[in-house]
Amino acid sequence: MVDFLGWPLVRQLTGADRLGRGAAAQSPRSRDLEPRTRSADRVVDSVCPFCAVGCGQKVFVKDGRVVQIEGNPASPISRGRLCPKGSASKQLVTSPTRVTTVRYRRPHGTEWEDLDLDTAVDMIADRVIATRRQFWRWEDEQGRRTRHTTGFASLGGATLDNEENYLMKKLYTALGAIQIENQARI
Amino acid sequence: MDLQNADCILIEGSNMAEAHPVGFQWVMEAKKRGATVIHVDPRFTRTSAVADLHVPIRAGSDIAFLGGLVNHVLSNDLDFREYVVAYTNAANIITEDFADTEDLEGLFSGWDPETKRYDPVSWHYEPPARMSDDDVANIEDVQDGEPVSHEAAQSDTHGSGGSPLPWKGRRDETLQHPRCVFQILKRHFARYTPHMVEETCGIPASEFAKVADALVANSGRERTTAFCYAVGWTHHSTGAQMIRTSAILQTLLGNIGRPGGGILALRGHASIQGSTDIPTLFNILPGYIPMPLAPLHQSLDAWVEDDEGKAGFWGNIRSYSVSLLKAYWGDAATAENDFCFDYLPRLTGDHSTYATVKSMIDGGCKGYFIVGENPAVGSANGKMQRLGMANLDWLVVRDLQMIESATFWKDGPEIETGELVTEEIGTEVFFLPAATHVEKSGSFTQTQRMLQWRDKAVEPPGDCRSELQFYVDLGNRIREKLADSTDEMDAPVLELAWDYPVDETGEPDGESVLREVNGTGPDGAVSSYLDLKPDGSTACGCWIYAGVYADEVNQARRRKPHWEQDQVAAEWGWVWPANRRILYNRASAAPDGTPWSERKKYVWWDPEQGRWVGKDVPDFVPDRAPDHTPAPDAHGPDAIGGQDPFVMQTDGKAWLFAPLGVADGPLPAHYEPAESPVANPLYPVQSNPGRRSLKTPSNPINPSRSEVFPYVFTTYRLTEHHTAGGMSRTLPYLTELQPEPFCEVSPRLARERGLVHGEWATIISARTAIEARVLVTDRLRSLRLGDRFVEQVGLPYHWGGNGLSTGDSANDLVNVTMDPNVFIQDKVGTCDVQPGRRPRGPALVEYVAQYRRRAGVPEEGDL
Ligand code: SF4
Repeated sequence: MVDFLGWPLVRQLTGADRLGRGAAAQSPRSRDLEPRTRSADRVVDSVCPFCAVGCGQKVFVKDGRVVQIEGNPASPISRGRLCPKGSASKQLVTSPTRVTTVRYRRPHGTEWEDLDLDTAVDMIADRVIATRRQFWRWEDEQGRRTRHTTGFASLGGATLDNEENYLMKKLYTALGAIQIENQARI
Repeated sequence: MDLQNADCILIEGSNMAEAHPVGFQWVMEAKKRGATVIHVDPRFTRTSAVADLHVPIRAGSDIAFLGGLVNHVLSNDLDFREYVVAYTNAANIITEDFADTEDLEGLFSGWDPETKRYDPVSWHYEPPARMSDDDVANIEDVQDGEPVSHEAAQSDTHGSGGSPLPWKGRRDETLQHPRCVFQILKRHFARYTPHMVEETCGIPASEFAKVADALVANSGRERTTAFCYAVGWTHHSTGAQMIRTSAILQTLLGNIGRPGGGILALRGHASIQGSTDIPTLFNILPGYIPMPLAPLHQSLDAWVEDDEGKAGFWGNIRSYSVSLLKAYWGDAATAENDFCFDYLPRLTGDHSTYATVKSMIDGGCKGYFIVGENPAVGSANGKMQRLGMANLDWLVVRDLQMIESATFWKDGPEIETGELVTEEIGTEVFFLPAATHVEKSGSFTQTQRMLQWRDKAVEPPGDCRSELQFYVDLGNRIREKLADSTDEMDAPVLELAWDYPVDETGEPDGESVLREVNGTGPDGAVSSYLDLKPDGSTACGCWIYAGVYADEVNQARRRKPHWEQDQVAAEWGWVWPANRRILYNRASAAPDGTPWSERKKYVWWDPEQGRWVGKDVPDFVPDRAPDHTPAPDAHGPDAIGGQDPFVMQTDGKAWLFAPLGVADGPLPAHYEPAESPVANPLYPVQSNPGRRSLKTPSNPINPSRSEVFPYVFTTYRLTEHHTAGGMSRTLPYLTELQPEPFCEVSPRLARERGLVHGEWATIISARTAIEARVLVTDRLRSLRLGDRFVEQVGLPYHWGGNGLSTGDSANDLVNVTMDPNVFIQDKVGTCDVQPGRRPRGPALVEYVAQYRRRAGVPEEGDL
């Protein structure tokens, strides 16, 4: 038998919620919903990774996975607000199209191939060493010491952490690489 | 946050409400308190919608408009005179040899038509009447033609220091001397009349007057005006001078170093400020220390000579530089070996990104790391970028998603047209997946120089790794492979201080890197850059960040809620330098040290305590009395006078006139963008004479005033997307909100070209043609310049071929012509617009070639 007493219309007419805007209209599903922010195991302080306003974020983690990212009300910069980008930032982590394995395209190849991460980094190290040497210059045309290589370049940094930029510039400089740039130039 | 204290906010070159939405709440907060908000922009946007006044302007004509405002202030004596006399170089007298654009038909003295560079020797301050020994030595150097350098790389590198002046110079504080800066300025800007503004910018004199009146009414002792800008100023071949014009105006009005004042650069990436401070940039080292230049710097002494001992904190350059070398090379860096100065590579010219791309096309650069960027979409002239990448031996792309820069060999636009063939491209491509912002801990520096630390929330999936881990690992491997080398070339790599402990997942400890950046000495972490020493007893990775790890505590991790603090909120994050929120805040007090007004009280001199006190960390020597006059032979910070608030400048004054350090003139002058539909109304010189062009066939330039390319285009961003789209076109939420590219055109232009709202249009420049949906809107107003109209096309630039939302890249239309100071390109150009979709395949190449022929563009490009 259908339990018509549970129908929203009946509940509205018989219950306290005569306008049908609250309890009368609520389904069991919506009644049982709980904010993901409440069931999270941990909340971690973070910062929005998009623009340079630097809005504060609260990252809600459950079972080792990010379940929600919200604005941090305590931030004097953002006072809890996030724009559409900051609000969507959970999808940066959980996006189904996110690439999580190394992809490799050999010279003249027409398709991506798989490659082990360890092998990839090793191959890159070999190429850096070889290219650096191939384009090494001790002196300019007038015999002034340059101690640099123009064999390889790097672009990027504005989306990275200060600590990362620091190590990049440090390593590149020690290698004599000078064409080191980022979005700030663009 | 300090924006809320402004009485007037002028937003120009930025659509703040849409591009920096959460930051914009402080503009609205100010407005609620009665501030006037003005938006000067080619388009009517959501920023304009809530502004008190929207003034449409022709893209690229900002110097003419701001110059008009400067002229208004000067010719009506509306400047904040006490501030100007005491705190700026208005009173300085310039040498007799200086000649202005007024005298030389649009050029300054020192122009060399051969090299297309200026020699700034004639722009100098007249030497002081009584010279110290140092001054005498300096004058001899200048007369010998050295070491004054105006290389572009240097004008940028003095970002934190200001260029080193040989002397403080002679001053006439009555401002009457015909060669004093104030009088030079008056003459220079006299031609920037409201009529000229109307002719150049398309801004009617009545609108201009409203802006001028609002700025003047909201400046002075009792009130302050703030300026906000973004890439609408920086992305021009005259970009640095646009910002300088605003600085001149704000300084004349007395709005620098005071609450609710200043010029706020709204930066576009989470840590683009950080990646400038701790640069991944070619011409500087951390803390804006210049990279050494081969012709000038072959020893530590030569490297620091120009700056060392000059007045101000920059005068301690040797301490900062030696400490950096110690952070890099640790124990290997000793006084005997010049602290490994020789291990630094030296520059031989422009090694910036566009020059590098040209070098890739020419075969001079064979390897490329792309780390969280997408130049195939995000850099100007995408074709050049892709042709460069197609000519590499190897390419490493590190990103979260499969971006266009990683797949150009497979499905780039040139594959479609047949200009590139997959099988013929020899580039070996490694795509390495990266960790997101919640999968690593580290700090970003946001647009007001605030470092905020993020804690790691979860582990990255699969092969995803942080850059920290990748680079530590890469460095370790390279060092292992070279371990047995005795080649001198490899010594800097092998002796590098590169001992970064990692945890069980291989992740290095980010806080230990931040501590290295902060600096250490015999007593552990240093607490300020004043602790740094020139003798090698301290190490510091970035002197302006010294203090971020003071007391061995990660100060960037502080999160005291704003409701438990005052408005300055000094215990949230950490702001460089020294957790100081407003720079040059000594200027918030009058010369005698008292606040300019009760209303704008911020930092002031407390005679009882004999110290500067206030709401912020004073940006001054803490106990330097307002009436202090430095001894003539004082050096560094000791040489800062009690009334010299601009403590990073060698003369302690704000520079209305730049005697040094700006590549394209000591004063701003309006020049047209490299591609413009009009003749320069101001001078017979059409475009910035010092502009840098890239002469390569893939970078052809539309001739100015071409009837074939009659319209102006300008690119911009949307709230729902992020720059080149790698972090937004891949997210379902954002893609749903902004699903495809479009072009905004005025109803008049739509009629002229038969464009239909919602249908397709093709936009053509000499580089290529792209297609987009048509949005016919009054938001773009047809501008009247004298007896003609100029139409502008607005193009959001986020799209490319990959992701959930795809479309042609607006940056493919943009040419590369660069500002000579900072090598940043114009974002405006000229174009044609036609109804319908663009041709496909090889037909597109022919279509654009026909346009070039009709317009008379040389086939070989800009040669
Ligand atoms: S939430 Fe929006 S405004 Fe805030 S930092 Fe992120 S992108 Fe910028």
